[in-house]
Amino acid sequence: MKTIQTSAVTDAVAAMCIEANHFLTDDMKAALNHAEESEIAPLGKQVLGQLKQNLEIAGEDHIPICQDTGMAVIFVEIGQEVHFEGGSLEDAIHEGVRRGYTEGFLRKSVVRDPLDRVNTGDNTPAVIHYQIVPGDEVKITIAPKGFGSENMSRIFMLKPADGAEGVKNAILTAVRDAGPNACPPMVVGVGIGGTFEKAALLAKKALTRPVDQKASDPYYSAMEEELLERINRSGIGPGGLGGSTTALAVNIETYPTHIAGLPVAVNICCHVNRHAVRVL
Amino acid sequence: MDRHLKVPMGEQDLLSLQAGDYVYLTGTLYTARDAAHKRMYEALRAGEELPMPLEGNFIYYMGPSPAREGRPIGSAGPTTASRMDKYAPELLDLGLKGMVGKGRRSEEVRQAIIRNGCVYFAAVGGAGALLSKSITSSKVIAYEDLGTEAIRELTVEEFPVIVVIDSKGNNLYDIALEQYSKEE
Repeated sequence: MKTIQTSAVTDAVAAMCIEANHFLTDDMKAALNHAEESEIAPLGKQVLGQLKQNLEIAGEDHIPICQDTGMAVIFVEIGQEVHFEGGSLEDAIHEGVRRGYTEGFLRKSVVRDPLDRVNTGDNTPAVIHYQIVPGDEVKITIAPKGFGSENMSRIFMLKPADGAEGVKNAILTAVRDAGPNACPPMVVGVGIGGTFEKAALLAKKALTRPVDQKASDPYYSAMEEELLERINRSGIGPGGLGGSTTALAVNIETYPTHIAGLPVAVNICCHVNRHAVRVL
Repeated sequence: MDRHLKVPMGEQDLLSLQAGDYVYLTGTLYTARDAAHKRMYEALRAGEELPMPLEGNFIYYMGPSPAREGRPIGSAGPTTASRMDKYAPELLDLGLKGMVGKGRRSEEVRQAIIRNGCVYFAAVGGAGALLSKSITSSKVIAYEDLGTEAIRELTVEEFPVIVVIDSKGNNLYDIALEQYSKEE
C-alpha cells in the first residue's frame, strides 16, 4: 500500500495544464519538422514554417501555443495498491485545473450548462476518465482539447457487413468533412469496437499515443499507414490551403465488440495535439 | 501575391483582392465570436445600436487567452468562422466589410460577400502565439461580462492573413482542393 496526498495531485495537474499548453511533445515537433521538409505546396510550406515559429515563440515568451487552451481532458490510471489522503481525489483534480488555468494565463473556455452558456470563469470542470490498474503508482495524462477540431469529430455505428472498407470510408469522410475547419495538419484518433461510448473514449485515448508509434497489431498499423497516405492525397493541406500534409498521423485503438455492431469513432485533433504525462 | 494594406480599407483595395493573396493588415480589427454575435443579433432584433461601428470595418473571430503583465494580449489566433455563418450575412448587408477567421463559410455568406463587395480572410489556425506578436493594443469595448468573448478593439501591425473568399466569390479552399487533390 502506498499513500498519496491529494494535494500532490493538485500540484501535478496545475503544472501539467501549463506545460501542455506551452510545449508540444518531441514526437509532435519532429512530425511538424518532417512535414515542413516534405510539403510540396509553397503556401503549405509557409504555413508549416509559421507553425514551427509559433512553437518557438510559445516556449520562449510563454504564450499559449493556441488561444484555445481547451477543455481539460484528464486520464487517471490508479494503481490498486494506492491509498489517497487529504480529501476527495476528484476535487483535487478540478482544483489543479482551476489553479493551472488561472495562474498560467490560460483561456477559460468552459460554460456551466450547454444551453445557458455562462462561463465558469476558471475552466472547470475537467473531463476525467479513471482506470484502476495493478501496482502502486498513479499515472496522470492531461490532454487539453480545443474545440475547432473537437467539433469535427464523428461517431459511426456501422454494420458488421461494412467491414474494413466501411471503417476506412467512415474515417476518410470525417477527415474530408473536417477539412480546413480542424486546423490541419491534423492528428486522427480512431476507436473501433466496444460500445458507443467505448469507441469514443478509445478515439480520444488514441490521440495521446505518440505520433511516431504505430498500433501494436500489424493489421491495424498497416491500416494506419494506408489511411495516412490516402488522407494526405486529399489535397486539403496545411491550414486547408492546399498541399500534401493534411494529417501527421492516424492512431487506431480497438476493443472487442458485439456480434451485431461495428462502432467507429473519429476524434480529430489539430496540429496542437497537446498532452503531458506524470507518474506519482 | 503579397500585399500590405490598411484596415479599414478602401473599396478599390477590397475589390482588387484575389483568393490566395497573402496580405499583411495594419490598422483596426474588432473581435467578436459566438456569444458576442448572439448579443449583436439580439440587439438588432430589439432595434438597439450595435456596440461598434460596422460600416467599413473588419471583424476578427477570436477570443484571446489572458495577457501576461506588460503585454497587450495573450495567444490570439482565429476561431472557426462557420459558427458565425448564421449572423454574418446580416452584418455584411449592414456595412461590415471583412472577416478574419478560419475554415469554410456557407453559401449564404459567400453570396453576401459578393453582394456587398467584401472579403473573408483566414489567419493560420493554431498559431496564436505568433499572431499575438502583430497585435500592438487591445481594449474591451463591449460585453465585458463575456470574458474572452467580449468585443475588443485591436490595433494590428502587419497582421498576416490569406484571402480565402474574394469579392467575386472565388474560394481558395475549393481552388486548393482542385490543385492538390490526388484522389480518383
